[in-house]
Amino acid sequence: MGDRMLPAIVAAMAFLAALALAGAAGAAALTQHWEQGAASALTVQVPNPANPLPREGDAPEETRLDRALAVLRATPGVDTVHALTGAELAALLRPWLGDAEIGPALPLPAVVRVRLFAGGTDIQALQTRLEAAVPGTLAESHGAWVQRLAVLAKSLQVCAWLVLGLVGVVSVAVITVVTRSGLTSRRESIEIIHGLGATDAYIAGRFASRATMLACLGGIAGAVASVPVLLALAGLAAPFIAGPAERGAGVAEALRVLAEPLARVPPELLLGLPALPLTTALIGFITAQMTVRRWLRRLP
Amino acid sequence: MAQRGARGRAGAELPMIRLDNVGLRYGRGKAPGTEALRELSFSVEEGGFRWLLGPSGAGKTSVLRLLHLTQRPTRGRLMVFGTDVASAPRRDLPDLRRRIGMVFQDFRLLPYLTVFDNVALPLRIGGRSEPRVRTEVTEMLRWVGLGQQMAALPAQLSGGEQQRVAIARAVVGRPSLLLADEPTGNLDEVQARRLMVLLREMNKHGVTVIVASHNTALVTRYPGQQLRLENGRLIERG
Repeated sequence: MGDRMLPAIVAAMAFLAALALAGAAGAAALTQHWEQGAASALTVQVPNPANPLPREGDAPEETRLDRALAVLRATPGVDTVHALTGAELAALLRPWLGDAEIGPALPLPAVVRVRLFAGGTDIQALQTRLEAAVPGTLAESHGAWVQRLAVLAKSLQVCAWLVLGLVGVVSVAVITVVTRSGLTSRRESIEIIHGLGATDAYIAGRFASRATMLACLGGIAGAVASVPVLLALAGLAAPFIAGPAERGAGVAEALRVLAEPLARVPPELLLGLPALPLTTALIGFITAQMTVRRWLRRLP
Repeated sequence: MAQRGARGRAGAELPMIRLDNVGLRYGRGKAPGTEALRELSFSVEEGGFRWLLGPSGAGKTSVLRLLHLTQRPTRGRLMVFGTDVASAPRRDLPDLRRRIGMVFQDFRLLPYLTVFDNVALPLRIGGRSEPRVRTEVTEMLRWVGLGQQMAALPAQLSGGEQQRVAIARAVVGRPSLLLADEPTGNLDEVQARRLMVLLREMNKHGVTVIVASHNTALVTRYPGQQLRLENGRLIERG
């Protein structure tokens, strides 16, 4: 294999590395988003919300919903408590019920959306208190499925790092083969230079500088080629990671539209892409140095 | 030419080259080849001249490879510049090789380098500054009569011219020891004579010269001490 092929092969490896890096960064962003967002949310269902509860002493009469809301608001770690309005409930059920009006024939529980502070609260204790105050109330934490999603995302991250490692190993193998091929085809020249008193470092340095340059060129080509793909992937992943962007007007809006694709790319990926050519160059340098020095040991 | 001899502790001059019962066998491990050199013992003093004679296959090139430090002896003791070549660490050999010039029968020039760059190679390997390389290579190429062909590639030169480039490369680093393997083998009589004058000139400047040849006419014309080999053994010294 001639070394002219090296930049093309390294470019392909760098492209795959960029995709793997994007996978790792995307999975990390998803994990963080889910853990920070969905995990801190709680949904409480209060059946028969309008029914009054038995009075306690001189306390005013209150409905089951009022009591549940009071319990929730009094719970430490709770940020906001919002009982969905009739319209919000109808919007929530529209995918199943269509635009049909929800009437008294369809008894629905009240749905309360609770947002917790970071650190949250003891869901089990809250459920017990709610059950005692308003029997039949259900507190549904999103934590369990978020945890499963987070495990999935972390597995994806590990896979991405494994792919990255594999790409590194293949790159080392390719550079080794190309360097060995170069050594074989230049054997006579190397023996002449060796006989003139060249040290191993001198000969290895010649090969390593060329391998470094070719690997760096390949790394640049691969990183550049990956940019449009990564921007497209970032665009597809955006709805899962960030909420809808606020729209401005005039120049600010134009700048926002221009910067939006870049803003969607995770920052660690933005830093990782320029590091790709440097990494391929380093792999080229170290691999060529080691290969040539090992090969030269056969000469006295 | 620069002279760096090997001296003993008491200051007595040691031979530049000394072989004691040296043997050389090509091949390694489970596939050792036949023994190319056997029980070879001789020494060459600093500033000496030797003809290394013998028929083809006698072992002349093997001796030169040992003296050029591109082969280590498999038996015996070889001392070059006071260093035991068999046991010296690999990292010590490049410095010693830079003190040795070698002229090959087939020139062994690098075909992709110009005449100038071929001759500059030993100086660049030795870490000489580029202005000094330019000065010394230009001077050397003028000395061998190739001042006008510095930018030519070896393939554009005649056999004689290529041999002069090889000689320029061998001596540009001002070696203490100059080895030549059948240097006149590819030259006509006139060029061969010019080369021998050049080698004698170097020797007069104090360079130790060893020339391997089977050209008896040449040896008769330029007499000197002889080491005669046959079947890898030294059969005559004188």
